[in-house]
Amino acid sequence: MNASAFINLFLFPGLLFAVPAAWFFVWGEHKVTARMQRRIGPPLLQPFYDFVKLLGKRTPSRRGLEANLLRLYPALSVLSLLGALALLPVFPRSLSFSGDGILLVALLELPSICFILAGFTSGSIYGEIGAIREAVLSVANNLVFLLAMVTIAVTRHTFRLSALAGPAIDPGHWLGVLGILICIPAKLRLNPFSTSSAEQEIYSGPLTEYAGAALGMWKLAHGLEWVALTGLVTTLILPVGGSLLGHALLFVAVSFLLALVLSAAAAATARFTLERSVRFYWQLAAVLALLAISSAVYMGLRS
Amino acid sequence: MSILSRLMHKSRCKSPSLFHLNTGSCNGCDIELVTCLSPRYDVEQLGIHLEGSPRHADILCVTGPVTRNTLEAVKQVYAQVCEPKTVVALGSCPASCNVFAGSPVIEGPLSKHIPVDVYVPGCPPHPDAIINGIARAAEILAQRGVPQAAQGEPQR
Repeated sequence: MNASAFINLFLFPGLLFAVPAAWFFVWGEHKVTARMQRRIGPPLLQPFYDFVKLLGKRTPSRRGLEANLLRLYPALSVLSLLGALALLPVFPRSLSFSGDGILLVALLELPSICFILAGFTSGSIYGEIGAIREAVLSVANNLVFLLAMVTIAVTRHTFRLSALAGPAIDPGHWLGVLGILICIPAKLRLNPFSTSSAEQEIYSGPLTEYAGAALGMWKLAHGLEWVALTGLVTTLILPVGGSLLGHALLFVAVSFLLALVLSAAAAATARFTLERSVRFYWQLAAVLALLAISSAVYMGLRS
Repeated sequence: MSILSRLMHKSRCKSPSLFHLNTGSCNGCDIELVTCLSPRYDVEQLGIHLEGSPRHADILCVTGPVTRNTLEAVKQVYAQVCEPKTVVALGSCPASCNVFAGSPVIEGPLSKHIPVDVYVPGCPPHPDAIINGIARAAEILAQRGVPQAAQGEPQR
């Protein structure tokens, strides 16, 4: 492993940056929600205290394959998100190979799959319902997400992330960025697409049977997903270049701002039913597909 | 206490998560509990939040006089909350069955079935009293997690 890979995986935007950033972004989400509801909200270190407390819980001992699978899913989610964060082209050309955009999409998809599998493996009816909802919603919103990524890749003629970083004049690029932004609430299970973790309806959904350290890992995965998804959009819109430290700080600031905006939108909306959410994404996907195909055909005719 | 135990102790005090269990309450206490989360009292500042599953919570807040239909549920949910845990009996009903004492469908005060750590009497109790009770339960919870030998040490 060379030096830049080590830095990306373990320092920035990898482990050492990612975990505190995850807690910071989760705090931002709760703070914005509180402020929108005319409350004060939690203190800055709240997600950290929640995590440490969960590590100290004495969980029931489960045995067998089921138990090991249940422990595997949150760990897999956290690891895949750390990998996705390491791949983000914050400093393009530092770590890039052709097709790494596809790897990024796959790594971003794994936590959702683990969430669904955890719901089915947990043996709880609430887990099953939550997993079904997440699976259906995931199919719908991934249509839009993948179409958006393809649109962006088509404008640059490559899936290599270092080539995709930074803004472009092309309207296809901005269409793709908008598509990804609209998918983020469903991926993070925020309002109005929070149907798979609807506490008033299905307790904690797939996470109902989780406790202790494994639950702490799920919450950490949620925070890392915040950082990874807002970071992806930020790398697509921020111009590259400038000093290392300045660009890194700008990356964090813009990601955090995006997180605050999405949290405000979540606090301002109510939950859609599953049917309504799916219909929204399918309609959006149809529109995006049309625009993406016509944009690709137009570019093909031009060149 | 070592630095890790102190960190765990502080985290348990700073992050008490509740699971609310209604065992046949008239909903008066439930409304007052949810009022604590509303902008007027805003207990999220103290790290208190309601969890969706008993396995996620530390503090079990029980309202209602434990009707015959809910007795099994009370025992099961209490078993599902992971150690260390505390129980808060919210309102006068779990403490003494209040006006329902002597009814054939009431299984008696909560302490007959599960150990109760904090009582918050009232019909319904004021949200300030509820917050006080939960804060006291969080302290008991943090103390409960400390090993027996260390519990005798003076608190710094």
